[in-house]
Amino acid sequence: MSFFGVERVRKKERELERKLRANDREFNLPFKYATNGIKTSKYNPFTFLPLNLFEQFQRIANAYFLFLLVLQVIPQISSLSWFTTVVPLVLVLTVTAAKDATDDLNRHRSDNQVNNRKVDVLIDRKLRSEKWMDVQVGDIIKLENNQFVTADLLLLSSSEPLNLVYIETAELDGETNLKVRQALTVTGDLGEDVEKLADFNGEVRCEPPNNRLDRFTGTLTHAGQKYPLDNEKILLRGCTLRNTGWCFGLVLFGGPETKLMQNCGKSTFKRTSIDRLMNVLVLCIFGFLAFMCVILAIGNCLWELKAGSQFTVFLPRQDGNSAGFSAFLTFWSYVIILNTVVPISLYVSVEIIRLGNSFYIDWDRKMYHPRNDTPAEARTTTLNEELGQIKYVFSDKTGTLTQNIMTFNKCSINGKSYGDVFDYAGQRLDITEHTDPVDFSFNPLADPRFVFHDHALVEAVKLENPEVHAFFRLLALCHTVMAEEKKEGELSYQAQSPDEGALVTAARNFGFVFRSRTPDSVSIVEMGEQRRYELLAILDFNNVRKRMSVIVRSPEGKLRLYCKGADTIVYERLHQSCGKLMDVTTEHMNEFAGEGLRTLALAYRDLDQEYFSQWKQRHHEVSTSLDDRDGRLDELYEEIETDLQLLGATAIEDKLQDGVPQTIEQLAKADIKVWVLTGDKQETAENIGYSCNLLREEMNEVFVLSGNSPEDVRRELRNALSSMKPAGDSTVLPDEAVNGEYGLVVNGHSLGYPLERSMELDFLRTACMCKAVICCRVTPLQKAQVVELVEEYKQAVTLAIGDGANDVSMIKAAHIGVGISGQEGMQAVLSSDYSFAQFRFLQRLLLVHGRWSYLRMCKFLRYFFYKNFTFTFVHFWYAFFCGFSAQTVYDEWFITLYNLVYTALPVLGMSLFDQDVNDKWSFQHPELYLPGQLNLYFSKKAFFKCALHSCYSSLVLFFIPYAAMHDTVRADGKDVADYQSFALLTQTCLLFTVTIQLGLEMSYWTAVNTLFVVGSLVMYFAVTFTMYSNGMFLALPSAFPFVGTARNSLNQPNIWLTILLTSILCVLPVVTCRFLFIQLCPTINDKVMLKVRQAKTKDPPLPRRARIRRTSSRRSGYAFSHAQGYGDLVTSGRFLRRPAPSRSSGLAHAGRSTTSFSPMGRSAGYSPTGRPQNAKVQDVEVTSLQMYRSVRDPAL
Amino acid sequence: MMASSYNAKDEDGHITVTGPGGGAVLRSKKPENTAFKQQRLPAWQPILTAGTVLPAFFIIGLLFIPIGIGLFVTSNNIKEFEIDYTGADTSSPCFNCSQNFSWNSTSPCTCTVPFYLEQPYESNVYVYYGLSNFYQNHRRYVKSRDDSQLNGNLKSLREPSKECEPYAYHNNKPIAPCGAIANSMFNDTLELFYNDPNGTSVKILLGTTGIAWWTDKHVKFGNPGGVDSNLSAVFQGTTKPLNWRRPVYELDSDQSNNGFVNEDFIVWMRTAALPTFRKLYRIIGKSSQMVPTLPRGNYTLEVVYNYPVRSFEGRKRMILSTISWMGGKNPFLGIAYITVGSVCFFLGVVLLVIHHKCGNRNNGAEISN
Repeated sequence: MSFFGVERVRKKERELERKLRANDREFNLPFKYATNGIKTSKYNPFTFLPLNLFEQFQRIANAYFLFLLVLQVIPQISSLSWFTTVVPLVLVLTVTAAKDATDDLNRHRSDNQVNNRKVDVLIDRKLRSEKWMDVQVGDIIKLENNQFVTADLLLLSSSEPLNLVYIETAELDGETNLKVRQALTVTGDLGEDVEKLADFNGEVRCEPPNNRLDRFTGTLTHAGQKYPLDNEKILLRGCTLRNTGWCFGLVLFGGPETKLMQNCGKSTFKRTSIDRLMNVLVLCIFGFLAFMCVILAIGNCLWELKAGSQFTVFLPRQDGNSAGFSAFLTFWSYVIILNTVVPISLYVSVEIIRLGNSFYIDWDRKMYHPRNDTPAEARTTTLNEELGQIKYVFSDKTGTLTQNIMTFNKCSINGKSYGDVFDYAGQRLDITEHTDPVDFSFNPLADPRFVFHDHALVEAVKLENPEVHAFFRLLALCHTVMAEEKKEGELSYQAQSPDEGALVTAARNFGFVFRSRTPDSVSIVEMGEQRRYELLAILDFNNVRKRMSVIVRSPEGKLRLYCKGADTIVYERLHQSCGKLMDVTTEHMNEFAGEGLRTLALAYRDLDQEYFSQWKQRHHEVSTSLDDRDGRLDELYEEIETDLQLLGATAIEDKLQDGVPQTIEQLAKADIKVWVLTGDKQETAENIGYSCNLLREEMNEVFVLSGNSPEDVRRELRNALSSMKPAGDSTVLPDEAVNGEYGLVVNGHSLGYPLERSMELDFLRTACMCKAVICCRVTPLQKAQVVELVEEYKQAVTLAIGDGANDVSMIKAAHIGVGISGQEGMQAVLSSDYSFAQFRFLQRLLLVHGRWSYLRMCKFLRYFFYKNFTFTFVHFWYAFFCGFSAQTVYDEWFITLYNLVYTALPVLGMSLFDQDVNDKWSFQHPELYLPGQLNLYFSKKAFFKCALHSCYSSLVLFFIPYAAMHDTVRADGKDVADYQSFALLTQTCLLFTVTIQLGLEMSYWTAVNTLFVVGSLVMYFAVTFTMYSNGMFLALPSAFPFVGTARNSLNQPNIWLTILLTSILCVLPVVTCRFLFIQLCPTINDKVMLKVRQAKTKDPPLPRRARIRRTSSRRSGYAFSHAQGYGDLVTSGRFLRRPAPSRSSGLAHAGRSTTSFSPMGRSAGYSPTGRPQNAKVQDVEVTSLQMYRSVRDPAL
Repeated sequence: MMASSYNAKDEDGHITVTGPGGGAVLRSKKPENTAFKQQRLPAWQPILTAGTVLPAFFIIGLLFIPIGIGLFVTSNNIKEFEIDYTGADTSSPCFNCSQNFSWNSTSPCTCTVPFYLEQPYESNVYVYYGLSNFYQNHRRYVKSRDDSQLNGNLKSLREPSKECEPYAYHNNKPIAPCGAIANSMFNDTLELFYNDPNGTSVKILLGTTGIAWWTDKHVKFGNPGGVDSNLSAVFQGTTKPLNWRRPVYELDSDQSNNGFVNEDFIVWMRTAALPTFRKLYRIIGKSSQMVPTLPRGNYTLEVVYNYPVRSFEGRKRMILSTISWMGGKNPFLGIAYITVGSVCFFLGVVLLVIHHKCGNRNNGAEISN
């Protein structure tokens, strides 16, 4: 039996290579591989207490109090009884331990839940249902569809042809598109034959456990043959099996050694700026404490030399201690007495407040999204107040600002604009939920989710207006969409870009249904009539051409080229005869663009057969040539796309999330800078920038950084800088004043340069002078770099918001990361600090919750420091009157209970309930957010003011009772100037003073607050009278020596007059100063609060809900979020199609060459109006991936 | 101007969410609509406006000044006479006593200090002794006592607490009462004589009881063995504090004022808050309605000088004082109230002016956007 520790050391030895044999537990056992159970919990019932205490005492505050406790045990030093420290310390430790215990219990619970999941394991030649935790390396397990992968597996066989399995890796990397894994043929042949599988005894040698998700190396030795293993054959724990009936896998890594667990590193611990400031302050306080103690120790030394040595008649020194030694002891005694300047309850209270404010976020109904039943969630409970200080917001675009849904909104056909709804008087109406949608029931193939409101267009279609027909025919023919018809009449489209999907769906609903395609034909149903167009060429889209065309031959034999593209491009190629139409269409397009819609111009050209044959011939030559094929192809396309006839224009709405423009505008008013970092194209991003109000027409200029070399970029930066600030050569980086509003758009390839050391300052300076910054084509890494750049140089608090796995880096880099929940993937949410369903909730999170949290935390800290300093400083003054002997001013019980009982609840109540103005007014006046960004409420300066204020208060609190009690007697001549009465008087004065001060701080008196405040005072008197009662004294005479003090002194009028005087005198300057400030230089808060008061209502007037409408001539971006090269695929022989439901067809022969082709996760798929297609659906029935499984079947 | 605030209707609407699985109603995660969770608790929101601050200042002013005047007048009406008999000066009658002091002298040194009262003292007169520069509030001094012992606990009587060190044991006998406080008990005897205009000297009757707190005498302090015990027997086996001339059970002949419940002792044991203090020594009760308690005239203070204070530059005083509803003579509160009241009133006026001149332009109505 090896010794416990030794065994652990042995396990730590690095595994260099993993060697295992399938179905052979005896063989695998000696290697001591981890089994599949996981343990994320930290403690067990026995280790909890020692481990937890050990952890807690690592915190400086707790260690400090432990140290104090040790000091107090030394009788020569002990100036306070042990309980003054023990009681708070035990309380704090208990609360923290309780919290840790519940956290750990939850971890235990989730561990148990995961560990006890069932999976089928092949044991003794039979499949048995086993718990996950009992699975061992080398076992063969069977997974079924939609099951989580149990451990890191080597795929052996699957139900699908070619031994493929489909997995979703959302939990690993956040991508929701399915990935494919394929087993080796040799193992795939095992099928689901349990006997064969049980006989399988392959040996695997592979890499040791590591955290690389995308790499795997190893070999499988089976029947004397070696087979290489790579990542394509591995199923990682955390994935989900999709669209696969079953599969068998061999366990390679279990539990803690799986790549998922290896990746669960310690997440970086984020701290708020207040935290950091607090730490600095606490250090300062320690210094100050030492300083005070040194002064008092010197005082003691002098006193001992002068008075003390003479006073030995009545107070002999112990063992002939010298004055110096006495001073040394006094130093430590005062360290104990003055310890309350670093209050132990500070940290606990701060945590409680943050927790409370986090709960408010969880509870907020106004951040709840009913559509996917998602409430907001504060996943981190320690960052709340930082939400009130955000200066920069970095936002993702797709899925965050936009819904990634395109809708066909408007069009202009032959000079007539469709899409708006007019009333009888000819007034344009706003389209709301109540506007009648067009009835498409005449068309059995219509998509029921498509909504259109302008009836005129349907009428035009029904009236067989030739231009309208041509328009929709174009939309139905000119695209690269795939159609799929699972059942007769149930069409679904797979479009590579959502724009195209929207256009094809529009055509479908207006009676031009794209039904199916082959590499050389397109079948559409035109007004109920099936027609097949011969597809002669696809002139595909690319970024330079900004258009695509198809050449088709109609069933009648007419040749026609259909073209759609960016208006500027198409206009250049129009026939002169369209001049008039062009003007009208341009006007319409401007109008569309003004509404933030993405436009495309549509045109056609009739071709004659001869010319086309000749062109086709040349096209063929060029396509097969080797040198400069692309350039020559472009030329060729250019040639045929001329003399086009304009048909009209489409307007597609890239649907923003609800309330995005308003939110951005609110944030702008709160002086929060919003930077959009997107992977999208520049045009798209820019367009969204305009439609969500980030970029504005009124801006003086929008700069674009698109240089391809460092020099270019630097020049562009300089130009931008000089036009913003002609004489700007200052080198300071704080926010510079700019005249006018500017915007900046940075292109991805240019962004690389500014992020380098040499140029980052220039870039940052320019960017921060702009109102809005949009970075496009940004990689996830660059997103994080941009965030870090701002953090490093601006000393500003940043927030990153995003929804996808590509936003994770930036979410982690920013001070606060926000994930959009209820969307694709969970990765962003999992690494975020806050999550909610809609971008618009950001304004509530920041302007309401953040602001309140910051306000509350600052009020709390200011008040907390005030009350403790005041409390402590009185001791300092008293020292001068008690021979610097470390005599306390107050009763020891008061010292013990002051922070815990008498003043804890009122200040907590304030910090949990306080609000200067309610949420509606906060929205009404986003300027209220500014003080947070400028750190106005709590800073070193504010702290210093606090200390001064305390100093004043403590002077009053000591010297007024001093003077009032000096040589005073009771109304019956008896003693009242004794130490105990004086202590009682001072502590009562103190308590009244701090309570009144709290009342001044508190601006929101709920019943709870009032109860806390009044209750605490009542509690004070109740406790005091109890402590000073006969019973308590008789029970423990040495612990309660103050017997009778309260009864004998609190019945004296001059005591109460002193309390009144002291309280008033402490508060008077505060009220005067505040009033003066409000009168002379009111802050924005003061103004708004006064306004609220004057409005005499709780709610601000409802804002006018004007529809944001731009009346600009800016040309909107055209609608293409396309990648190049899709056309080739459509026309190529390798036509992609969903396989027939039965697997018996000849699919198995298909090569794997094209399975690697998968459309990009985000833009694939399309839904016209309903929920975003990427929303997580429980059972993914058909996936894009399977759609494109390649079939070499030219007959289709 | 654009819409300034997003105000979607559905945000707080009542949309019920039904689960996808066959209409089974899932429990919605929608947070509860309670005033607490939505932070809409009704609340009172006071702010500092001219309408509240200015009247408050004036009210405080108007309230404090009369109170102050009342206190001041009351304090001034109290008659107080103080005489320092430390004997620091060579001219002082007690100079010799203070010089020749020794703890162990068997013959007490007595000195007489004549004084003249210019006003008659009408009601009860309280005699105090005052000490200066005496650190009764020194930490080591304050804690040098054993409350259990003083409460009559027999065990503590035999084994005084460690806190009493170095006055816990003497010659291996426990000291009763132990500790530095008890040890340093004030032990001068003060006697007052009225020198009649006709030449006779009348001793004034000084009441020795009723000078300590009731709670102290009846709760905090108690003789071991109960009220009626034989004190000398109970204290058998203990020794008197070093500086004392008599053991604790011989402090008074009156059984109810002897031992730990001796009121002089109790008064001493209630340590003072400040190094200069006075303690009630005797009460001169008013004898009849007609005659003032202490008529105008010459008096003699006879001191049995036992208590050394010169070594630490202390002072000893004898104080005669009458009393009012607010205690002894202390003009501070009155002056403070008058001052604070005036300051408040003055501030009120200043703030009013400021408010009128500047306050209006900072009206909350226009907030720059």
